[in-house]
Amino acid sequence: MGLATFKGGVHPYEGKELSMSKPVQTLEPKGELVYPLSQHIGAPAKPLVKKGDQVLAGQKIGESQGFVSADVICSVSGTVKAVEPRMTAGGAMAMSVVVESDGQYTAVQGFGTARDYKSLSKEEIRNAVKEAGIVGMGGAGFPTHVKLAPKDDSKIDYVIVNGAECEPYLTSDYRMMLEMPEKIVEGLKVILQLFENAKGIIGIEANKPEAIKVLTDLVKNEPRISVCTLKTKYPQGGERTLIYAATGRKINSSMLPADVGCIVDNVGTVVAVADAVCRNIPLIQRIVTITGDAVADPKNFLVRTGTCFQELVDGAGGFKEEPEKLISGGPMMGTAMFGLNVPVTKVTSALTCFTRDTVAANAPTACIRCGRCADVCPSHVIPQLMMEAAERSDIDLFVKYDGMECCECGCCTYICPAKRPLTQAFREMRKVVAASRKKKA
Amino acid sequence: MGKLLNVSSSPHVRDCTTTRNIMFDVAIAMLPATAYGVYQFGIKAALVLMVTVLSCVLSEYVYQKLMGKPVTISDGSALVTGMILGLNMPPEIPLWMPVLGGMFAIIVVKQLYGGLGQNFMNPALAARCFMLIAFAGPMTTFTYNNAVVSPTPLAALKAGQTVDLPAMFIGKIPGTIGEVSVIALLIGAVYLLVKKVITLRIPATYLITFALFVFLFGQHNFEYVLAHLCGGGIIFGAFFMATDYVTSPITKKGQIVYGILLGILTGLFRLFGGSAEGVSYAIIISNILVPLIEKVTLPKAFGKEGK
Repeated sequence: MGLATFKGGVHPYEGKELSMSKPVQTLEPKGELVYPLSQHIGAPAKPLVKKGDQVLAGQKIGESQGFVSADVICSVSGTVKAVEPRMTAGGAMAMSVVVESDGQYTAVQGFGTARDYKSLSKEEIRNAVKEAGIVGMGGAGFPTHVKLAPKDDSKIDYVIVNGAECEPYLTSDYRMMLEMPEKIVEGLKVILQLFENAKGIIGIEANKPEAIKVLTDLVKNEPRISVCTLKTKYPQGGERTLIYAATGRKINSSMLPADVGCIVDNVGTVVAVADAVCRNIPLIQRIVTITGDAVADPKNFLVRTGTCFQELVDGAGGFKEEPEKLISGGPMMGTAMFGLNVPVTKVTSALTCFTRDTVAANAPTACIRCGRCADVCPSHVIPQLMMEAAERSDIDLFVKYDGMECCECGCCTYICPAKRPLTQAFREMRKVVAASRKKKA
Repeated sequence: MGKLLNVSSSPHVRDCTTTRNIMFDVAIAMLPATAYGVYQFGIKAALVLMVTVLSCVLSEYVYQKLMGKPVTISDGSALVTGMILGLNMPPEIPLWMPVLGGMFAIIVVKQLYGGLGQNFMNPALAARCFMLIAFAGPMTTFTYNNAVVSPTPLAALKAGQTVDLPAMFIGKIPGTIGEVSVIALLIGAVYLLVKKVITLRIPATYLITFALFVFLFGQHNFEYVLAHLCGGGIIFGAFFMATDYVTSPITKKGQIVYGILLGILTGLFRLFGGSAEGVSYAIIISNILVPLIEKVTLPKAFGKEGK
């Protein structure tokens, strides 16, 4: 039987061997910590502290605003140095709380207190997730308490834990599955308590046999949980492709996973849920892979949020060769950065450092209509035609070619023999379309 | 860090296949047919091929220089056009004719419409059709074994004569330089399929439709159908010309429609037309219909099927 997968996709160089076998090490911050108030999709949080305030680890320093938003939690104890705009990984300035750590990590009262999730009501679980400031840690940063509150709990058939980690070079989820599998199962059981009719599926790509083995062993006596081995292919861990591979159900751009009875959460998010609900530990740290051919000693670090990227590089022995490109995240979906003076946030999965920028080395040439972009597109649209519409800024034609179904995975750009920046054009075009729709509404 | 870092929109990695790799793969795939043509027709054939390729590449170079555009002859597309056109020439043609043909292919059909990727007809085939009209005599005079004028198997077939099938398969027949040896062409086709430069979608639907058409409207005879498949340029056309990316549909369903259309048109031209040949015209006419075919065969996006 073939492995669960989807139609389309690409096989970029995986690069995981650099950091795959490196156990997670704790990296304590040395310098100041920066907490952007917008580390999630939705409205930025409102700062609850001002310059000079004393703060504790686990203290809420940003309050969520509106329905889709998330709290921001301080990861150290110390003094607030400033509340000011700071640069984030995307290159934009965002209002941030800057904290000088006292190195004591004094925590708020009740921090780390164990409690039995089975005795908690759904309301209490959702509230604990919200209070912990948990967002989707796979990269999108969608507030988890919102995701865990669909219209009708009984209509959820599957809770899918995303352990695909299809993004090249990244190994943070892999190390998490190897080193804390019981927390993943615990978190999944907490979430399953919210959805009485749901089955839990842990989806893992076939290139992580050890993680598959560990988790399969762990859930063999769990009637509601199973492990699904996925074909190793990018973007297997995309929400739409994962749901399809694991359940055969399909969603398009205008649907939510809950519309087909599914909830999808990254392994990191599930562990954060377990910590928040069972131990009253909010989301203040995460695993970050530091990798790439420019890094002396690639590693997986357990890092407090707010830590400066430069400290990750220092912790990994610095650069062995001068990098040409630094990416927050992996090479397919990550964000290229101007510099290292930006903080680790809740959604930072990796810092990838390349000595050579493949994009600059491959100048775009004329499209030869080879159709490879359409072959690899997981959304089954035709990027070549969408590009024609995008080049003419023809919004109607772009929508007609189902440009809004694009998930911006980058497969078309990756495979294009003419090296055309298709995804970039679609990203721009999709923003224009979304803005024009908002205007009309 | 001394120097400035590069920033760009994701993805930050690229596959190693380039336009140039693809073009050179197509050129490599035509080498067996080229070698056989030169072996069979001798030095004259080699000269025709060289002159045609040079004419195409130089036309592109000179045009782009004169127009102040970046010179792109290194992408190999002009080389491929030159090879296809050269392989479509009879070995005895006066050399100035393919020179003119190459210029027509590159300047009129390709560059005037915007260069690589913008031409709506296959440049080599458009040039061949232009030459079939302009130089009808020399373009259809075929020699074999020093017999000055001998009918091609297709012409013989049309005249109701019998043909030698094994000879057609190997290529021991008169015809254009590159179309005669079915086996040499199939070796190249397998190379293209293995390297995933082409898929079977267009060639297979084309050949199957054509075979059915000939069987239904020609003779209900297996050997007759095989002779039609091995004769003329249909194997060359199906694998090397109908599969041209620029001038064939990008939609999968469209490629099937396109293949069927090619099969019907080729059958129509061969059985009911004035000349024994029909592949070039069938492809050119189908090229023109590609935008329309694409328009009606757009695929359904993931999760929007049945809507």
